[in-house]
Amino acid sequence: MQVTVTINGEAVSRDVEPRTLLVHFIRDTPGLTGTHWGCDTSNCGACVVLMDDKPVKSCTTLAVMCEGHEIRTVESLEVDGELDPVQQGFHEMHALHCGFCTPGMLMTSRALLDENPDPSDLEIRTAISGAICRCTGYKNIVAAVRWAAEHEASTRQEA
Amino acid sequence: MQTPGPFEYERATSVEGAIASLQRLGPDARIIAGGHSLLPMMKLRLANPEHLIDINDLTELAYIREEGPEILIGAMTRHVDLLESELLARHFPVFRDAEQVIADPVVRNRGTIGGSLCQADAAEDLSAVCSAAKANVVIRNAEGERVVAMGDFHVGPFMTAVSDGEILTEVRLPVRPGGGSAHEKVERRAGDFAIAAASACVWLDGDTIADAGIALSAVGPTTIDVTRAEEVLRGKVPSEELFVQAGEIAAEDCMPMSDGRGPADYKRHLAGVLTKRALRRAAARALHQEA
Repeated sequence: MQVTVTINGEAVSRDVEPRTLLVHFIRDTPGLTGTHWGCDTSNCGACVVLMDDKPVKSCTTLAVMCEGHEIRTVESLEVDGELDPVQQGFHEMHALHCGFCTPGMLMTSRALLDENPDPSDLEIRTAISGAICRCTGYKNIVAAVRWAAEHEASTRQEA
Repeated sequence: MQTPGPFEYERATSVEGAIASLQRLGPDARIIAGGHSLLPMMKLRLANPEHLIDINDLTELAYIREEGPEILIGAMTRHVDLLESELLARHFPVFRDAEQVIADPVVRNRGTIGGSLCQADAAEDLSAVCSAAKANVVIRNAEGERVVAMGDFHVGPFMTAVSDGEILTEVRLPVRPGGGSAHEKVERRAGDFAIAAASACVWLDGDTIADAGIALSAVGPTTIDVTRAEEVLRGKVPSEELFVQAGEIAAEDCMPMSDGRGPADYKRHLAGVLTKRALRRAAARALHQEA
């Protein structure tokens, strides 16, 4: 069936089987392979994208269910060569090693900071509890989200 | 690669339309809400519906409100909204206890109470919560609607009182004076299904327990209502000894199986301990002795 999903502000249309998962739709059609396809069982969080600004697991969402909704992927974070503070935080605090979980971690963290600009370490850990990292460990990821929160707070003060 | 088997998809624009579709398409049609229980089952071919009727647009089924002596929860209410509801936290803190440990925050953005109950996975927490709270559910079909007590809702593993051509639309929680409630769960890791979990509600009349509800997750083929322990509690003054006794009954009456989450005797032990702890916290809350 014909499906139109808005991905990073652009309407993407394709004739798909209803069983097509959102993660495959995103990776195949516009070719946005930043969203990683991981465990396929909604456990690992590598496939997290934002649906109407809320993080969802795209391996457990049908593409057809997303028609009429706004999807944001990790590719939307960087604008004109400028990294999102969350991305910069991961860079500064060495919060990635192999990088497989990173797109999901970034989108989950972005959604957290949009809702709660000054989260505690516990709130960060709770927010990313649906995302699994198997190499960096979580310490630097939490530090990276803190870095982003503090960076955004100082930017707001300057503005 | 895990992908569900092929199916036809349609979006419902009204509850009546969803029921009409269910009737027209027959027993191979299923409702899909958040999809976080159904899609994993479909990937594993444990569920193979030929038609999915998506009810995510039915926002009229997403609400938590007080009406007379009841709290009404629409079937499309998502876990995140159950977690954040102050109304629920005030009257039934058991919901917030459970929602903090149901899956993870990202899954909770999608999963719904109606989907959780209709999936009727014995390891799922909300079924125990609603059973302990003595909830009633509203099931609608083409002829009208009927109200079913949670005690009659589970008819077998993954089987409920919702028949072909029917849809669960609402959960009703009777609010009674002197109530306190709590949910206790042990899991292997954050976001996992329970190794065992216990929900408890008590309603006090002065010093004594007027009524109690106890239900267990993950320790039997269905959610287990520990009615024998509820009987023991009624008319008694809450005490540690009483909660220990109720826990012993829960451990006796559950039917756990050994699996990857642990051996049966360990789960049985947990059922007893968690029942005791849930009752202790439920009673403390009823007595306003817990912040």
